Parts: sequence; C-alpha cells; structure tokens
Amino acid sequence: MSHPTIGNRLVKNVTVQSMRDRPNCLTSGHRACQGCGEALGARCVLDAAYAATGGKIAVVNATGCLEVFSCVYPENSWQVPWLHSLFGNAPAVATGVAAAFKQQGKSDVRIIAQGGDGALSDIGMGCLSGMFERNDDVLCVCYDNQAYMNTGVQRSGATPAFARTATTLPTGNYLGNDAQTGKNLPKIAMAHEIPYVATASIGNIHDLEEKVTKAIHIRGAKYLHVHVPCPLGWGYSPSDTIKIARAAVQCGLFPLFEMERGKIMKSTPIKDPVKVDDYLKSQRRFAHLFGKSASPEALAALQDIADNNIRDYALAENANG
Amino acid sequence: MLRQLEGSHAIARSVALCRPRVVCAYPISPQTHILEGLEELIRSGKLQNCEYLNVESEMGALSVAIGAEAAGVRSYTATSSQGLLYMIEAVYNASGLELPIVMTLGNRALGSPINIWNDHSDAMSVRDSGWVMFFAETNQEAADLHILAFMVAEKMRCPVIVNVDGFILTHAYDRVDIPSQEAVDEFLPPYAPNISLDVDSPMAVGTMVPPEYFMEVRCLAHRKHEDSLALIERAGSTFEEKFGRNSGGLLRGYSLQNADTIVVAMGSVAGTIKDVVDELNHEGGKFGELTIVCYRPFPREALRNSLKNSKRIIVVEKSLAVGVGGILSQEIELAMKGCNVEIISVIAGLGGRNITKSTLKEHFSKKNHEKMTFLDLRNDIIADQYRPICSAAVKAEKTCPIQP
Amino acid sequence: MDKSMDKPFATVLGPATSLSNKTGSWRTMRPEYINMLPPCNATCPAGENIQQWLSFAQEGKFREAWDVMVKDNPFPAIMGRICYHTCEKVCNRNQFDGAVNINLLERSIGDIAIANGWQFKPVLETKKKILIIGGGPSGLSAAYFLRKLGYGVTIYESNIKLGGMMRYGVPRYRLPGNIMDTEIRRIIDLGVNVVCDRRVRSVRDEIRGFDATYIAVGAYRAAKTSAEIADGANVIDAVDFFRKLEDAPLGLPNFGKKVVVYGGGNTAVDAARTVLRLGAESVKIVYRRTINNLSAHDTEIHDALSEGIEVMCLRTISAVNNGKVLLNVMNYDEENDVLSKTDKTDWLPADSVIFAIGQSLDEGILKEMPEISVSEQGVIEIDKNMMTGAKGIFAGGDVIMGKRTVTHAIGGGKKAAKCIDAYLRGQEPVANVKNQTAAFKRLNMTYFSHNPRIDVSRLGDISFEEKDISYSDLKIVAEASRCFSCGNCFHCDNCYGYCPDNAIKKHQDGSLEINLDYCKGCGICVAECPCGAMKMTLDE
Repeated sequence: MSHPTIGNRLVKNVTVQSMRDRPNCLTSGHRACQGCGEALGARCVLDAAYAATGGKIAVVNATGCLEVFSCVYPENSWQVPWLHSLFGNAPAVATGVAAAFKQQGKSDVRIIAQGGDGALSDIGMGCLSGMFERNDDVLCVCYDNQAYMNTGVQRSGATPAFARTATTLPTGNYLGNDAQTGKNLPKIAMAHEIPYVATASIGNIHDLEEKVTKAIHIRGAKYLHVHVPCPLGWGYSPSDTIKIARAAVQCGLFPLFEMERGKIMKSTPIKDPVKVDDYLKSQRRFAHLFGKSASPEALAALQDIADNNIRDYALAENANG
Repeated sequence: MLRQLEGSHAIARSVALCRPRVVCAYPISPQTHILEGLEELIRSGKLQNCEYLNVESEMGALSVAIGAEAAGVRSYTATSSQGLLYMIEAVYNASGLELPIVMTLGNRALGSPINIWNDHSDAMSVRDSGWVMFFAETNQEAADLHILAFMVAEKMRCPVIVNVDGFILTHAYDRVDIPSQEAVDEFLPPYAPNISLDVDSPMAVGTMVPPEYFMEVRCLAHRKHEDSLALIERAGSTFEEKFGRNSGGLLRGYSLQNADTIVVAMGSVAGTIKDVVDELNHEGGKFGELTIVCYRPFPREALRNSLKNSKRIIVVEKSLAVGVGGILSQEIELAMKGCNVEIISVIAGLGGRNITKSTLKEHFSKKNHEKMTFLDLRNDIIADQYRPICSAAVKAEKTCPIQP
Repeated sequence: MDKSMDKPFATVLGPATSLSNKTGSWRTMRPEYINMLPPCNATCPAGENIQQWLSFAQEGKFREAWDVMVKDNPFPAIMGRICYHTCEKVCNRNQFDGAVNINLLERSIGDIAIANGWQFKPVLETKKKILIIGGGPSGLSAAYFLRKLGYGVTIYESNIKLGGMMRYGVPRYRLPGNIMDTEIRRIIDLGVNVVCDRRVRSVRDEIRGFDATYIAVGAYRAAKTSAEIADGANVIDAVDFFRKLEDAPLGLPNFGKKVVVYGGGNTAVDAARTVLRLGAESVKIVYRRTINNLSAHDTEIHDALSEGIEVMCLRTISAVNNGKVLLNVMNYDEENDVLSKTDKTDWLPADSVIFAIGQSLDEGILKEMPEISVSEQGVIEIDKNMMTGAKGIFAGGDVIMGKRTVTHAIGGGKKAAKCIDAYLRGQEPVANVKNQTAAFKRLNMTYFSHNPRIDVSRLGDISFEEKDISYSDLKIVAEASRCFSCGNCFHCDNCYGYCPDNAIKKHQDGSLEINLDYCKGCGICVAECPCGAMKMTLDE
C-alpha cells in the first residue's frame, strides 16, 4: 500500500537517485525555483538514462524553464553533452544528432530530446510528430507542468480543465481553462504506433527510473511524459512538490502506464487513493472551484476525468490482478 | 566532366562530391529537384555514408541539420521562399551556434500573394542572420559555389547559403563541368568539427547569454564576418587555380575598365546585363558590369574599389524593401559614401517578371534617371489601382477635425 | 577547460560551471537533521536505545543489536521475558497497525546471545572499591556498570543465589533459571566479587574499606495483613512462598485443592499461576478494586484467566479460618478513588491463602545510621544523585521510592553507577540530554505499508516449562523492520533523492549532510522524511 522510499539501506542501490555516486546530470547551482518539480524530474530521468547506458547519452533541450534555469552563461548545470537550439525544434534536432551518431558509428550513445509541455505539445508538436513517424532513434521526454511557466504561467495545450492560468483567469461565470479542451500527448504519441510510450511522475521515482531504463535501450522513437508539479504556477508551498505529484497519480488525474506499438501494455495501480477534490484543494490554481463561488459541476467534471482514467487504464488497486 | 544537366541536378552532384553525412529537406518549389537528385544519389549508392531524411517541415529540416552539425558531421539542406521563412528561427540559431551548415536557397518570391517564381526577396529576408551568402550566376557557378561554400563554412565556422535563382537556374539545362571526387577531396578536407556532442568531453551548446555578454557575442560575429572577406576572396582564386574556373570570390567585374556606368547585380541576371553592356559598348557606350558573388559578408571595400572610378552606378536588384526601396542599392550607396557618383536603383524581375535585354538596354541608355525605377512596370494597372487612401484620410481630418 | 578557448564565446560551456552559483543565498529557512527521542526509548525505565538495536536487527546484525542493548541493560534475555514493556504501549506504530513486538525481539536476540556465548568485553583496570548490598537486578546492574567503568565491585547477597526478585519473585515458567544464571554469570565474569548467603545486619558495619556503597537490598518484608487468621490456618506470604519454592521446595506447605491469593499486583498473579502449577485445582485471586484496577500487567492477567484462574473483584479478606476465608464485599468509587467496606460478607472455601499485598524494606540494616532517613512510606530517602544522607552511601531498586519493576531496578542500577562514579571523581553526574519525543504526527505515513505485528502467544501448557516463542532470524528481521524509526534517520535517502538542487551530500557511510551552498530551502526533504528526522529552521 505504501510508496517506496527512494533508497533503503537494507537493499543495495534500489534507485539511481539513492546512489552515492549518482551522475547528477543536472548539477547544483541551477536557477530553478525552490521545490521545482522539473529540475528534479530532469535529473532523475537523465541520471537513470546515464546509469543504464554507462554514461553514453546526449541531450537536446527545448527552450523553456528547464533550459533557462540550467544554462545561463557562464553557468552550466549539465554534466552530459547538451544542446539547446530552439523552443519548437528539439525532437528534430535530436533526429539530426541521431543521424550524425549513426554515421559516426556511435549508435551506442543514446539521444534524449527533452522539453516542457509547451515545447512538445504545442509549438514543437510538428517536429515531435515527424520524429515519431520516422521512428527516429530518440527518446523524447516531456516534463509536463501544464502551462507556460517560463513566460509567467500562460495556458498551454496541456493545461487541465478549470485551471487558473495568467491567460485563463476565472472571472464571473468563467471558471478557468475550458473543459473539453487540451490534448493528450501520450495518446497522440501512441497513435504513431512507436515502440514505446509511457507516463511517469516524480512522485514515484522507482517507476520513473524503470521506464527510462527500459526506454533508453529501445531502438526507434520513444516518448516519456513526466508529470512535474510547479510550485509557482500551481500555487502551493515548494515543500509539497512530491506530495502533489503523488496525489495527482493517486486521484486518477495522472495515470501511470506504458504503451507499446499503440497498445496499453501495463498500468500502475493506484496506491492509497486520494479524492480529486483533495488534490485540487491543495493548489491555488483550482481555489476558485471551492469556497464561495464553488462549482460542484466543475468538480464533478474533474472527478469524471479521473474516474474515466481509472476505468480506461485499469488503475484500481486490484485491477491488474 | 562536362555534362548537360539541370541546374538542380548539377547542384546535387556537386553537394554529393562534398561528402555530406546528413542531408535533410522538405520539398518546396523550386528547390525540389535538388533534394530529389540527392536522394537518388544516396539511394543508388553513388553518395555513400550519408543519411537522407525526409522531414515534416523546413523548421525540421534545418533543425535536423543543426543537430547533425552539433554532433560533428557535415550537413546540408535546401529550401526556398516560404520555406525559408518557416525555418527562419533556426536560420538565426544555426549562425549563432556557429554551425557550418550549407544550404541552397532556390530563390523565389515571398507571399502573399503566393508566387512560386524567382526573385531575391527570400534571400533578403535573412540578410542580417549572420550566414554567409553567395549568389550563383550560372549553373556552373551554382555547382562550384557549393564546394566553396563547405570550405568557407568550415574554415570560418559559419553557415553558408548558396543562392540559386529559382527556375532560371534550378530548372534550366546547361553544360556543367562536374569535377572529379579526387579534385574535390583535395580542395575540401574532411570535416573537423569545432563543436561536437561528445560523451567523453561533455559540453553545453546553446546557452542563454545575458546582457553582460550579449553585445560581445554579436560584435564577435560581426568581426568574424569582416575578417572572412580575405578568406573568401582567396578561396575563389584557389578554386580557380585548381579547377580553372572563375567561380566564387567576392566580386566579378566585366568590362570595368574605362566604364562610366557600372551596372551592379547578383545572380543569373548578370548574364543578361553583360549582353546589354556588350551591345551598348559596341554602340560606343562606356558601360561595365559588376556581379556580387559574396553578398554576406558585404564586400564594402572591394565594391568601393571597383566602383569608385565610375560616374554612375545602376543597381539592378530582384527585391524590394517595402517602404524603403532597393536594398542592395542602399547598401552600395553607403559603401560609396564620399565618392562623387550617381547611384540608381532598378527594381526588376519581382515574382518572376521577365527581365529582357531590350528594357534593360533602354533603361541603361537613359540620360536622366529617376532615383528608383520599377523595371517594366505596368503603369496602367498602377494608375488604375492606386488609391492614396491615407493622405485622403488625413486631408479629410484636416477639414473636419476629430470630435474630442 | 583549455579546449574551450577555441569554442564559440559564451554559447558553448564546459560542464558543471554552475557550481560557482551558490544558490544557498536564496534561502530563508533551512532544513536540519535532528535526532528525536522515539517514544519507546523515552519511556524505557532502563533507557534502552531500542530504536538503534532494532535498526541493527533489521539488517540481521544481531551481535551489533545485542551490543546496543547491553549498553543500557545487561539482561536482554531476562528482560525480553519479564519486562512489562511500556515501550510497546507508547510505540507510534500502535496508531497504524500495532506496536512493534519489542519485548519478544529483545528476548529473541538475548537468546541468540546465550546460544552463541556472547560475553561482555573484559575490564582489567580496578580503581576504587565499591560495596553493593543486594544482588538483585538493581545491585547486579550497578555492579555491571561500575565494573565497566573500572571499579572493583563486591556484592553481598543475603540469599544463597544472586538474582533478587528475578529469582525470588518471578516464577520459572516466565523466566527459566538457566537463562537467568547465564546472564548473571556474564556480569560476574567481568570480575565481580560475590559473597552469597551473607546477610547484612547493619550497613554501618560493612562499609569500612569501601569507597562507596550501594544499598539495593530490595523489599522483602511482607506487608502485614489485618485479616484475622485462625490458628492453624494454612497461610503464607508471597515473598516466603517464592523463596521457599526456589531454595527449599520441601519447606512449602501443602496448599490443598482450593487456593486463594489475595492481592492485585504482578506478584499475586505470579503466585496464583505458580500455585496452579503446584497442583491446586482451583485458584482464586481476591482483589479489593475492580478488574480494571489490577496493577498486574495485562498479559499476565490475560494468561492467568486463560489458565482458569478466577479473579474475584471488590472483595477483601477479613478472616482466614481452616478451609475457608471470610470475604467482605467492597465498594469502590472509581472516580474519586475511594474504597469502603460494605456490610455484605461471604465465605469462600479455601484450603490455603497466599498473601501478596505488598512488601517493604527491612529497616533493620540501617540501625545506627541516623543520617540515612527512611520515609513514612518505608523507603530510603535519596538525593537527586541517588545518595542517601550518608556520604558515599547510595540506594536504589525497591528500597527507594518508585516503581518496583525489574526494569526500573536495572535503570536505577545504571544511574547509581553513574552517580557513584561522579561522586568518586568529585563531580556532578553528567545529565542525560533528552531530545524531544517524536510524536506520531511527525511521521509521514505515505512511506509505511501495513504490515501486522508478528504476535506469538506466550501461553503454553500449565507447567514450569517456558514456552519457546523466540523469533527465527527471519522473523526478527521482519518484525524489527516494522520500526518507524521515529525521529531518527534510517537512511531511506528520500531527502537525498528528492532534493531538486542536489544539495544533500551522501557520505561513504550513508550518512547525509545538507550542502548549504546550494540548498534553497524548499523543504521537500523535510516534508518527505518518513520519520520526522528533519525540520526547517530559520536561516540566520
């Protein structure tokens, strides 16, 4: 029923993150906000990939928070080969890197393209889709914090229904981001029938590392969608990042699953279920759904999304047998 | 070896001789035949050790090239017109990262209105992007310039655009001498990348640069361009020594000695102009022609030296800065500052309008020139369609002031 | 990076140059590792570091676990049997899925120590000489700790064997003699001079030649009953009963078929269960208050009832005749704790009666020592350093005010040793710095899974044979692993793994340290610490 701790002295090196000599692909001195979920997510993903390949990874990074906080001259926080080109082209740049490595006989060096939900679900979707359909040998990782955080929390195609952002401010009858909008990038990835698509959360490092380790060795296009809460954009205390990440999974709004060649292969059953309300209440971006101007309909709609996920992805504890 | 080839195929063969390792492109007229040619060379095994990628957009095309160059291999792409605009963000990115990509631009007008025919508007849209820009006059030069482009790009650590007039060159069949692989290999050494994503020596490429350092980055790029003029000039003469053809370099003059009037142009129109110059000189005129082969970096000093003894400069250009006028003519005006020389701007051939010898001749023969002329303009349409609505509005406001 | 000289300025950078950016300057609050006192440790009368030995046990390091136990208590196998384990009552795991079975773990590891013949490390040096009067748990504990400090120790024991109430107050089915003997032997083998069967008549006469004395003679004088006891009635007090049982079983009376035990403490229950084993057909405990007020330990009461012993509450014995006792029905006002006799009486058949109504100090040994005062309650008065009114004479165990359990006696012996040592060095004993107790609400239950306590019934056949219930090695590990490690780091690495700024250093030995150069003070580490071993404090 419980969530495993990152390490445990009774078991040797259960996660890369618990290793004393973990690579710290993203090292200290970066300028991410206190409690940044994306900084943690990026380190966890890359460290796992680094560990799985013996340090043979190269990273292409889209513009966004992650790029801006990690590499401002003269301070570079990366300890792996890292390339930043533009906001919308990271998957294509990674394709170029993969092609070059193939030509150089360096196919053992694995390539990761990474960026936020804006970079990948919106502006870079074309390049991402192209990379997928060509089945280029790239693992694309989306750190999803559900809005354009770097520019000041504007709505993205990954912003959840009823969330308040700087461009979906609830006023009067308007309850924040419209329901029935937005896109499901993992499903879009799945529709390309690429070898591997998965979701992960920084609230479950064991699961995340397993998925990265599996994905990084697969030849062809892979997609990993990592849920990374943002204290600033979502409005919660920086200390609650992991708690919120976990609650998103526990309430069913962020299902953890793996897909191969267009089919769901496995989902991670929910441990210690949490009510959607409780998940929402902990964040200021949903505060308008409670209190005086509370909207039971909106809450019910969000609960429906979670319930559908629980059903569609078989997330109930005993569903996977 | 001399062959009768379509311009695009000549370019494809020439690029192949440069042994690129990654070629990627997205189709757009009139660039398509180049990538088709390359694709065929690769699939048929004539160009080996090269990845060919069909990508989903021009943004993807140049981005793939950026990734490949950053990973340390010679890369090539080609585009035209709207495609260039679609990738323009990556255009600036590639030069900022100092990646020596070579790109062919099959020159074509920019929309709207959509128009697939030739002019230089697309090239002019990236003239400040930090890329080196060559303009080819003939199919032979188009082929040759690509070999030079890789050499200059890699020595200079800067991407290069080779401008080739759409259809006029890309789709025209002509006799082209395709050099031997050995000769090209001697001229163009294997690529020794300055930047490469290397797991043994990790580097971050593409940092954010704050105000404290940004000016310096830009200034260094500018200095590098200025510094490269001698290299480009020398590369042209080396090429000539090696291949026996005057391709490349900065400028190419024609009949400049004793010329009172020098016509300046870029690209394929130079050939037509030379014919006109010959005719005019035959009739007793004192005309010369100057082709700008290397438009960026702008060879200001060389231009000044070539033009300073003339009395009149006619700049024939295939682009227009709306609201400003001719682009090249203004740049030449600036270069000629202090010289007592009349500079005339002729906007010609926009959107594929034919530039004929007769109209050129007629125009060059005029004694008194307007500062700027649209060559072969259909004045009847302008007269019919032009409505000075803004000045009319201002006039109306003056008679009937706006209510407070 | 020299190579970078040739690279584009600013847009290309070598790795990890951001380490020069000390983001710790952003911080207003900072995390801190803390050690809190787990409730089990806080409540243990012997002051055992239960959590620490549980953590060794989790790793299967039983020797290390045992070494930790005997730092505070030289009798793990004994205490694993007879300690009333208040630790388990306060265990935070009670609020989740049941307390850790600390008592049985202690017994199991104590038994492993015996099976493997583990001994204490020998002490060679003997400094000053100390006399301990009384070889019970408190005296033996004091002897052990004093000996470890290098003192020469002599014990005078009035009985023919060492052990005190462990031997003469606890029945053998709860504490087998060989276990007790082995654990006592270990202490003696440290080089303790023991004189048994040496009754001290007067402390004053004995202390000459010793630098300090510890009086731990216990409370062996049975309280006098006010019941009228007819001549020839078959009556014995519990103290006598157990002593005879141990040293001279032939001297025990014939208890007959129906036995009544009077009293409500552990001694009464022990006596009742013992006499049942001696062949009594019916054993009834008569007690003045209600069953909820019995001071005997719950498990003992439970076991007694299971064995068929009946508890008659709200009764007092007014008279004992041959073959029967007269009971007075009592009235007990529980709220105000007022007990009164009613007029109702009752005769109860009884072939014999065992009185277990309390014991007190035999004050005789203190004669001619007016400086040592004895309180109204009949206990020796001591100062905060356990010293009596007489310089250099200390007292502890059942002769002083306090709870009379073996565990308290052991803790008292440990404290006495510390006080005596300080006294002899002319210093004040170093006070124990007690951390704040770690409450359940400090723990993060997300990281703990439900895992029920491995319970084993102690109840076996009705005999003097102890039931073998010690855990297997695997079960020790499993049960010990249930420990929440309240308020103390157990190296789960959550702080290390979840820090978005890599601001935690993990040392070779697994210990962790905040790197304040980079810690931005987000507090994730504190929030995700499963055991409340971190806190945020204001950063100066």
